[in-house]
Amino acid sequence: MPPFLFYIFAGIMLAFGILVVVLKNPVASALSLVVSFLGLAALFISLNAYFIGIIQILVYAGAVMVLFLFIIMLLDLKAAPKEKGGLLAVLGGIAVIGVFAVQLIGITSNFEAGKVTLDERPLNLAAAAAARPALPEGIEDPIANDLLEGKLPDVKLIGESMFTHFGFHLQVVAVLLLVATVGVVILSKRELK
Amino acid sequence: MSLNDYLIASGLLFAIGLSGVLIRKNVIVIFMCLELMLSAANLSLVAFSRFNLTDGLPNYSGQVLVFFIITVAAAEVAVGLAIIVALYRAKQTTSVDDLNSMKH
Repeated sequence: MPPFLFYIFAGIMLAFGILVVVLKNPVASALSLVVSFLGLAALFISLNAYFIGIIQILVYAGAVMVLFLFIIMLLDLKAAPKEKGGLLAVLGGIAVIGVFAVQLIGITSNFEAGKVTLDERPLNLAAAAAARPALPEGIEDPIANDLLEGKLPDVKLIGESMFTHFGFHLQVVAVLLLVATVGVVILSKRELK
Repeated sequence: MSLNDYLIASGLLFAIGLSGVLIRKNVIVIFMCLELMLSAANLSLVAFSRFNLTDGLPNYSGQVLVFFIITVAAAEVAVGLAIIVALYRAKQTTSVDDLNSMKH
């Protein structure tokens, strides 16, 4: 990806992230957050993480933000009444950003391993295909076929990693989602008795 | 673009989210800033995954972790918003200044 696209999308992500904090109206904040997540998804795609980028748009910018907007409109929040006593908090927030930025730039300027660029670390699909474990005679490896054709089958690779190395974790997350569903139903009942 | 560029972008996004949590008084906006911080962590995970090539491919363990983080964040949003709705029913407000006691 040409560098100017990185700066455009990182700029969109950070500028709309600031708007989330600055804007008074919660609906405007939520919509700025959607745009910020779109910029973030573009950065994911620039890192060859196509699946994560699409998931970011579908789950975050889609489902989660619709849930946010739904709740904001359900509670019928007006463009917030004046947030009093904010000056100290605003100064504190700006100080946090300043301290973070100075520390980050100080640390990364001394971080030699972080100075490699994407062009110095190209993906090597042929080497990846050669490194695939051999399968029994007569069974085709769809991932190796895609790699040999010059495609990056990242959904298949993530799925392979998830179902071979992280099967237990996947089941734990499934239980967590079940618990969250039950918890939301109980929390939403009118009387907690 | 180097790994440091992505780490700086990720760190700045995290700082913006943290400052939002400190500055804002509206519970829902604070919650959105939490999402911003989670996404900033995801960006640095994906950047490290891409730059740690194994056999010419990104290290997919990092991306599986991002997938799990997104799943947990979605569950967290559902529970958190249900708590906010319950709070609003009890107190008729979403300002953290007025939400200062555990019982009602």
